Amino acid sequence: MADVLDSYNQWLDGAWLTIQLTIFGGAVALVLALVFGLAGTSRHAWVRVLNRVYVEFFRGNATLVLLYWFFYALPLVGLRFTTMFAAILALGLNVGAYGAEVVRGSINAVPKAQFEATVALNFTPYQRMRRVLLPQGFALMLPPFGNLIIELMKGTAIVSLVGLVDLTRVSKNIQGSTGETVAAFTVVLVLYFVIAQVLQLFVRYAERRVDRMLGRRMPTEPSLGTIAAGAPGAGVGG
Amino acid sequence: MPPTESDEVGPGGVGGRPSSESTDTEPESPTPKDSGDDAVPKGEGVSTEKGDAAAAPLPRGEAPGIRFEKVIKRFGHNVVLRELDFTVGPGERVTLIGPSGSGKTTILRLLMTLEKLDEGLIWIGDETLWHMERGGKRVPANQKHLHEMRKQVGMVFQQFNLFPNMNVLRNLTEGPVRVLGLSRDEAVERAKGLLDLVGLGDKIDSHPSQLSGGQQQRVAIARALAMQPRVLLLDEVTSALDPELVVGVQDLLRDIARQSDLTLLCVTHEMTFAKDISDRVLMFDGGQIVEEGPPDQIFGEPSEQRTRDFLQAVLAS
Repeated sequence: MADVLDSYNQWLDGAWLTIQLTIFGGAVALVLALVFGLAGTSRHAWVRVLNRVYVEFFRGNATLVLLYWFFYALPLVGLRFTTMFAAILALGLNVGAYGAEVVRGSINAVPKAQFEATVALNFTPYQRMRRVLLPQGFALMLPPFGNLIIELMKGTAIVSLVGLVDLTRVSKNIQGSTGETVAAFTVVLVLYFVIAQVLQLFVRYAERRVDRMLGRRMPTEPSLGTIAAGAPGAGVGG
Repeated sequence: MPPTESDEVGPGGVGGRPSSESTDTEPESPTPKDSGDDAVPKGEGVSTEKGDAAAAPLPRGEAPGIRFEKVIKRFGHNVVLRELDFTVGPGERVTLIGPSGSGKTTILRLLMTLEKLDEGLIWIGDETLWHMERGGKRVPANQKHLHEMRKQVGMVFQQFNLFPNMNVLRNLTEGPVRVLGLSRDEAVERAKGLLDLVGLGDKIDSHPSQLSGGQQQRVAIARALAMQPRVLLLDEVTSALDPELVVGVQDLLRDIARQSDLTLLCVTHEMTFAKDISDRVLMFDGGQIVEEGPPDQIFGEPSEQRTRDFLQAVLAS
């Protein structure tokens, strides 16, 4: 075990790469989810078709295959990325497809009465979305977004197959160099779990903020403990 | 009074509407107590009342009339409005009553553009709501036309429909700032005036979820008025309230109706409220008007059996 822990520099580097992939991949996924999710709520059929094409294609493909494609195939037709960029793109495109469905579903789940109130106040379609539907839909998006960001973080493990030294790759390297299989893989197990828990805390905190915006909670700062314990469920209407 | 009124409204209100129709209903309608109150806000009284207007920022000035012309609305195979014709005069306050499914709420929703018109014409003032002129022809309205027409109309909903992602103040300022282009200061000023008017000046920073149903409905009324509509639609605004809160909201609306010269269309099951607030009552059944007249006549001596049956059923409940 001591040998495994002695190489903490490698562990930290690996964890850092995993975190970077999660953050950048998550950012790409979020942007794509919003763009294509909103496209899915459009009045125009051809805009909704864009949403369907994107979602079905990137949801229906293995992330690893996407990654192989960006890494091995695209350079052959003249498009060359860094490995890191290819990995971020593959992860972001894949998780973004799931996220687009979350965005579309959440916007559609905002009560119709809210939409009608925006019409009665003569909001433009953009203002309806930006000022009322999206902020309320965001409350519904957060829990599934929490799922997706953790899915994405775990999904980063595939980059070890194209030569990036992430947590998974580090654990494999250390297992090889020290021969301590149980210890090496136990450490990596714990590290993934810890990263997931930190992500979860961020999502919970965001949920608290949104709950307060929607008036479902009195305006007091919650302690870390209550954030970790999670929020009691409530609908948007509440 | 009627001649001065129609003179004032002339350019906006009369053009698309046979003036005989609207002025016919007006003089007949006032009940003894109404005519006294009406003298102030309507017609020439307006200009002398400016002092009050600042304190209670209610819409004044030329309210348009409304006219339905052979309006048909279907939901699937269900025909809700059948070639409906009716006129509401500028500044007139009309209550729609009738059994559920008779199309009353659909009329309000058509006027608010929440439902699409199937056939016929709806006039607001001298313009059609769902159609516009293009190359001398009448074509279906585009978004821009609807946006222009909606400026004149405001609506208060049965379920209030306040925005839960905004506090009370922002519920009232969001429309004026974003849609009417008011400065934030102006909008806040207007919101404060209206909140005082509805008796909730101290709730300006509250969140809608912290308010009772009656308070939420008052905020919703203030929000609609903040857009300074000329036509106000009230869709069963007290139906969702606890019984003890109903009277307060009704009193408020009665005051607003008397102090402003809004054209008012009101759907309600509260017959005393209908009697109080309206110049005229329209009894609907099966998507058509069964009977119409001043409230005293409709509630006192209805001539149609269907009206009598309906009123009996409502009063029994």
